[in-house]
Amino acid sequence: MAGSDALYGLGLDTTKIETMYYYMVLSRALDERMWILNRQGKSAFVISCQGQEGAQVGVASALDPTVDWVAPYYRDLGVVLYFGMTPREIMLGQMAKAEDPSSGGRQMPAHYGHKKRHVLTGSSPVATQVAHAAGMALAFKIRSEAAVVMTSLGEGSTNQGEFHEALNFAAVHRLPLIVVVENNGFAISVPQSKEMVVADVAAKASGYGMPGIVVRGSDPLGVHQATSEARNRALKGEGPTLIEIKTYRYTPHSSDDDDRSYKTREQLQAEKDDDAIVLFRQWMLDQKMWDDEREKALNQRVRNEVDDATDYAEAAPYPDPATLWEHVYHS
Amino acid sequence: MSKNSITKDLQKDMYYHMALARALDDRMWILNRQGRAPVVYSSNGHEAAQVGSAFALNRGEDWIVPYYRDLALVLAYGMTPRQVMLHLLGKAEDPNSGGRQMPAHWGMKERHILTTGSVVATQDIHAAGLALASKVLKDGRVSVAYFGEGSTSQGEFHEALNFAAVHKLPVIFFNENNGYAISVPARKQMAVMDIAARAEGYGMPGVIVDGNDPLKVYEVTREARERALAGEGPTLIEAKTYRFVPHSSDDDDRAYRSREEVAEWKKRDPLITFEKHVLDNKILSQAEHQEMQKKIKDVVNDATDYAEQAALPDPKTLGDFVYHQ
Amino acid sequence: MAVMTYLEAIRETLRQELRRDDRIIVYGEDVGVRGGVFRVTEGLQAEFGEQRVIDSPLAEAAIIGTAIGAAVNGLRPVPEIQFSDFIFPAINQIVQEAARIRYRSNGTFGVPMVIRAPFGGGVHGALYHSQSVEAFFAHVPGLKVVIPSTPYDAKGLLAAAIQDEDPVLYFEHKAAYRSLKGDVPDERYLIPIGKADLKRPGKHVSIITYGLMVSYALKAAETLDKEGISVEILDLRSIRPLDVEAILDTAKKTGKVLMVHEDNLTGGIGGEVSALIAEHALFYLDAPIVRLAGPDVPAMPYSPPLEHAFMVTPEKITEAARKLAKF
Ligand SMILES: Cc1ncc(C[n+]2csc(CCOP(=O)(O)OP(=O)(O)O)c2C)c(N)n1
Ligand SMILES: Cc1ncc(C[n+]2csc(CCOP(=O)(O)OP(=O)(O)O)c2C)c(N)n1
Ligand SMILES: [Mg+2]
Repeated sequence: MAGSDALYGLGLDTTKIETMYYYMVLSRALDERMWILNRQGKSAFVISCQGQEGAQVGVASALDPTVDWVAPYYRDLGVVLYFGMTPREIMLGQMAKAEDPSSGGRQMPAHYGHKKRHVLTGSSPVATQVAHAAGMALAFKIRSEAAVVMTSLGEGSTNQGEFHEALNFAAVHRLPLIVVVENNGFAISVPQSKEMVVADVAAKASGYGMPGIVVRGSDPLGVHQATSEARNRALKGEGPTLIEIKTYRYTPHSSDDDDRSYKTREQLQAEKDDDAIVLFRQWMLDQKMWDDEREKALNQRVRNEVDDATDYAEAAPYPDPATLWEHVYHS
Repeated sequence: MSKNSITKDLQKDMYYHMALARALDDRMWILNRQGRAPVVYSSNGHEAAQVGSAFALNRGEDWIVPYYRDLALVLAYGMTPRQVMLHLLGKAEDPNSGGRQMPAHWGMKERHILTTGSVVATQDIHAAGLALASKVLKDGRVSVAYFGEGSTSQGEFHEALNFAAVHKLPVIFFNENNGYAISVPARKQMAVMDIAARAEGYGMPGVIVDGNDPLKVYEVTREARERALAGEGPTLIEAKTYRFVPHSSDDDDRAYRSREEVAEWKKRDPLITFEKHVLDNKILSQAEHQEMQKKIKDVVNDATDYAEQAALPDPKTLGDFVYHQ
Repeated sequence: MAVMTYLEAIRETLRQELRRDDRIIVYGEDVGVRGGVFRVTEGLQAEFGEQRVIDSPLAEAAIIGTAIGAAVNGLRPVPEIQFSDFIFPAINQIVQEAARIRYRSNGTFGVPMVIRAPFGGGVHGALYHSQSVEAFFAHVPGLKVVIPSTPYDAKGLLAAAIQDEDPVLYFEHKAAYRSLKGDVPDERYLIPIGKADLKRPGKHVSIITYGLMVSYALKAAETLDKEGISVEILDLRSIRPLDVEAILDTAKKTGKVLMVHEDNLTGGIGGEVSALIAEHALFYLDAPIVRLAGPDVPAMPYSPPLEHAFMVTPEKITEAARKLAKF
């Protein structure tokens, strides 16, 4: 340990800390590049992780990608990168190329799915993945496999009936499931106060008979710890946990949205002052785990990866129209 | 409102409706076993919860959205025994559906009983919608959705409670928790003991009440109604009760619960305990009681005879009312 | 009279209706402050307040279910489903509740409500922001389904749908929102639901279609006109009920029918229209009925070549009609 009090008990070494930081920075950089491509007319649609990287990497880093599965949602770039999807694979999806591992260019960008990397394919109707994740966890339980499933969604999506049905099911059957709500305060333009009466989504957990935990997305270590504990509970057969992460969305809902009609610039600035990436870097510096040189090297590495991914995906071919008919059924 | 304000007359009337519901229900089973009625869903055991809550409402004005178990509720809300029997036998004159729906699919506009389908929990949302209109129209009505504990596992229960809470709607969600959804016990239905525990997650009060005590049910419903009218939003009430008969006439409950368990609950049969209450407290004299029983018998016989003689729907009406006409 | 886009026509009709009848409420996800993700309801909350233009929670079954309750209790709800693809969480409320409440109550209760939903592809919406869902609902007795093809129709059909005593699904093609423009009278008018519109008389081939495809068919007809092929175009306007008389009339007149829709081929409206013609006008036909429709793959892939391969285009319509004319 690098002499950090904050690390006591977390079981993290500096390599892991640096890895977490790397994935946060990589997620942000890839996301920023997507917007540039969108503005250049090279990518029709972007939906962002920006502001939520601390939440996503905090969660993913507490899981074991070799055994665990994730059923993420469209913002979870940080989760799928941590689980092993490469920047090239991400950009292939972003530009809808034939080689896109998520869907071969069939789905919109950010509809991640990667069987080898334990990422379940997701759709657009929100909250459907929560029930799927519970089903995967049921299979783990029936086969007595030591693995958990993490599924995530936005706070607005918790209003869907399927969220309720899935949590209830998971609680009754004590499934090895972690449900992560990335609460960024808005469902497109609708603020949380019009989505629900309660201040914390986590307050719903007790109604299902499971723990509900609130953590801050700007504290990736706190997120990591909460997720680790949830994973341990799940593996011990103690059932699911609901983790609510208070976080922010720095961009409009998507490249088709304009958030100025519902979010003041002052609020946005306040949110940016609580940026997990900035705070994490500062903390690493304070702990003497990090310095400007390493920061520079990391940025260069990330930049190269993003450039490479962009170039690779731009040069890659589109799907052949003849493949339109493939995979409607098993073939 | 304190218990004392539940007048003797009101209590008498409550008892009458509970006893009437039980007698009518018993008759339906006889008709079913004789092959004269296709299927029966019972309120047997739930009478206190249903009648207690109905009496706390502005009956015929406030909207109720019942479920199939709510025979005692709709009787207390003004549906007549004849109308109930017409519905059971699928007769043309059935005011619920003209013989179109299965028995126990209540609905009667003039009594403000919303029509209900078979798919559980859909009615929770309808009650929220009725209340949304009341809020916009400022008509001073509350709406009440009734449902079993099993159906609270449905997504629509969740969506309804959240919607009602966000918009502070004048609605009451009234759960009749009898511990079973057909054969599935509550412990396999949910990982919590109380449905009411879910209320907190929506930011509304969750109230647990002894569903076998009509006076207690009356009181909590009354309070919830006052909250609703004061603009304070919805309440979730959980009335703990028991169904003494199988889920329906097509079910056999011996497969999933012991006779000892049923016997234990029967000691708390709301009809017997409330009967004792009204007699012991001289709310009802022995003579009145006998007279009431006679009346109930006559009413049930009359309803049976009337409905059995009533005409079946004309097949030509099959195509009616698919659209407004 | 003003020239408006399809989208503006819908917005102005909503405004006019909200002004006319204070029982009308509009609600759905993001319809308030944001004015809807397509801006259809822009400015309506500012004019009519949060009580009548409501930002609802993200829960479609609740949106439709509460609209049912509100309709029964004296309001005229016009809920919006943000994308027709997200109507499915509410399908039970629509198909098993709204559609049959009148029937199941023997005519006592009714659900006067209009469900608005943008649909259709060609807008890089992929599998869950592109679907045509009309056939699912057209199958259901108790529902009405309309799909306007012009700004003029958008207004008249919306007003008629709001006036209707039964639940009406009103589908708006996303690609039509800003691409279609036309004259729209200021005053209120109704276009009867269940009446088709003969868009263009012709002699050799009848194209029966609806929605955005009407303008594509008109383009095809112009091209074919130059080749001496005279095309008649029937805009169904209403998918349920269908205007059987108008369908049979055009089939009998030209003897050659091309049915066009973007929705998947199998089980689409084209099948129903074809069956009606086969049942009632078989001996007037000079060629087999032809259906041009979205292919039977999930609608529709995102990547441009795949999306393009899916879409029904004016060119594909031209080719199909030309071939049929030469039969
Ligand atoms: C069933 C369904 N309804 C509507 C939508 C359209 N939609 C996409 S994202 C979104 C808002 C989601 O908000 P939230 O769950 O808070 O997640 P966030 O985007 O804020 O991370 C909506 C309404 C959808 N995808 N699925
Ligand atoms: C959506 C749906 N699924 C299944 C059924 C079949 N079904 C009818 S009643 C019932 C059990 C309901 O139990 P509960 O809600 O506890 O009410 P109770 O009958 O115990 O009063 C089931 C499964 C149904 N009617 N609707
Ligand atoms: Mg959100």
